[in-house]
Amino acid sequence: MGNRTIVPFGPQHPVLPEPIHLDLVLEDEKVVEAIPQIGYIHRGLEKLVEKKDFQQYTYVAERICGICSFMHGMGYCMTIESIMNVEIPERAKFLRTIWAELSRMHSHIMWLGLLADAFGFESLFMQSWKIRERILDIFEETTGGRVIFSVCDIGGVRKDISPETLQKIVGILQLVEKELKELTEVFLRDTSVKARTKGVGVLSKQAAFDLGAVGPMAKASGIELDMRTQGYAAYGQLKFKPITDTKGDSYARTKVRIKEIFQSIDLIQQCVTLIPEGEVKVKVTGNPSGEYFTQIEQPRGEVVYYAKGNGTKFLDRMRVRTPTFANVPALLETLKGCDLADVPILILTIDPCISCTER
Amino acid sequence: MSILSMTKTLFKNLFHGPYTTQYPIKKKDYYERTRGKIEIDIDACIFCSMCQRRCPTGAIQVDKANSSWSIERLSCIQCNYCSEVCPKKCLHMDQQYTSPSFGKVRDEYIKCTNTQSQGES
Ligand code: SF4
Ligand code: SF4
Repeated sequence: MGNRTIVPFGPQHPVLPEPIHLDLVLEDEKVVEAIPQIGYIHRGLEKLVEKKDFQQYTYVAERICGICSFMHGMGYCMTIESIMNVEIPERAKFLRTIWAELSRMHSHIMWLGLLADAFGFESLFMQSWKIRERILDIFEETTGGRVIFSVCDIGGVRKDISPETLQKIVGILQLVEKELKELTEVFLRDTSVKARTKGVGVLSKQAAFDLGAVGPMAKASGIELDMRTQGYAAYGQLKFKPITDTKGDSYARTKVRIKEIFQSIDLIQQCVTLIPEGEVKVKVTGNPSGEYFTQIEQPRGEVVYYAKGNGTKFLDRMRVRTPTFANVPALLETLKGCDLADVPILILTIDPCISCTER
Repeated sequence: MSILSMTKTLFKNLFHGPYTTQYPIKKKDYYERTRGKIEIDIDACIFCSMCQRRCPTGAIQVDKANSSWSIERLSCIQCNYCSEVCPKKCLHMDQQYTSPSFGKVRDEYIKCTNTQSQGES
């Protein structure tokens, strides 16, 4: 047995490599155990339901995370709509799906860039983010914001997208698809990329299941777990199959995310052909009374929203279980036995978002 | 399996100019919906305080007695909620964001209509 040392890892900048702190117990260069600690950027957003009424809280919910901001707003709105028995217009459902899938795309492309950055492939990082910019531009054009959209509301969505703009989006996505095909080849075929991802951080199917992994983490280990199959928003009317892989290593997780980007492009194209005409919002009156919980699929995996209303305009309780929180045990499992140099990449492959986790 | 998979992209980039906009020489074109900052048409305002009550960040302050409407620019999150609830539709979202500042700025707008103040007194 070699000498045991403890190396503190993190916390670092909230964007990336994320403010998670790990005490890495090392034996020579191998990690024996990782002890996590979170709580560096707790902002008390759940507590805010006592101060902001349920309509205002939509804006707070969006700010839980800067990457899945649309999905957080959507998940919260869906929960409140279910409590209040509001049926939103069909067109709003499709618009929500389009924005949600665009969010997934920009999140995954951003992640690809960060992965490249983590193993020092700077030009690949820049290329990925260059492509992501096109999607942020679509967001700015359709919602008015690049990161925080303020477009999802209880009872539907605030803004409509005109048919011309929808066609324009399809055109841009075709271009993005072409550029991405070229770029993702590098992620999947390049020797140096493969050297850092193939066979690193293997999570078996059983371990993923036992530790409750979600999202691409579970999918890459062969678990077909995708909340979109429940058919919320317009997903029930679209044709798709969750993407899975069997290897369970970092390479498989990269592959799953890359395939999900192309799947999102396909889903948006389906939405554009199927989207019906009509209203985008219904008027909501009264206050929520009762409780409900919603699951939706974020880029990082399944997220759970729980809200409890008491008939006043202030909710009693609002709770979010974020995907990163569910993936931390699986992360600790993959860290066991890895090299110290692989730790940053392994943390990255769960696509951590500590800001959501601590809210 | 290759080590030259980036070559095509790299060559393309070699002959392509910069992808970034050369600010401040070239200004960015805003979209119609871009949310920059809240502007008020103070003459139309009736000081009903609806915007103040609904603003999620408490950026707006309405003073009916002095006919003044003010906004804390750094607190505002450009959510557009105030402009949606305003009964007189006198608030609107401008595409240009506020210029940088060293401290917290409260922009105050005062309505100066003699007719109204006379009518109230
Ligand atoms: S809601 Fe409109 S009319 Fe009322 S105080 Fe605000 S700006 Fe003025
Ligand atoms: S845009 Fe939002 S944050 Fe800004 S003043 Fe209006 S309601 Fe308040």
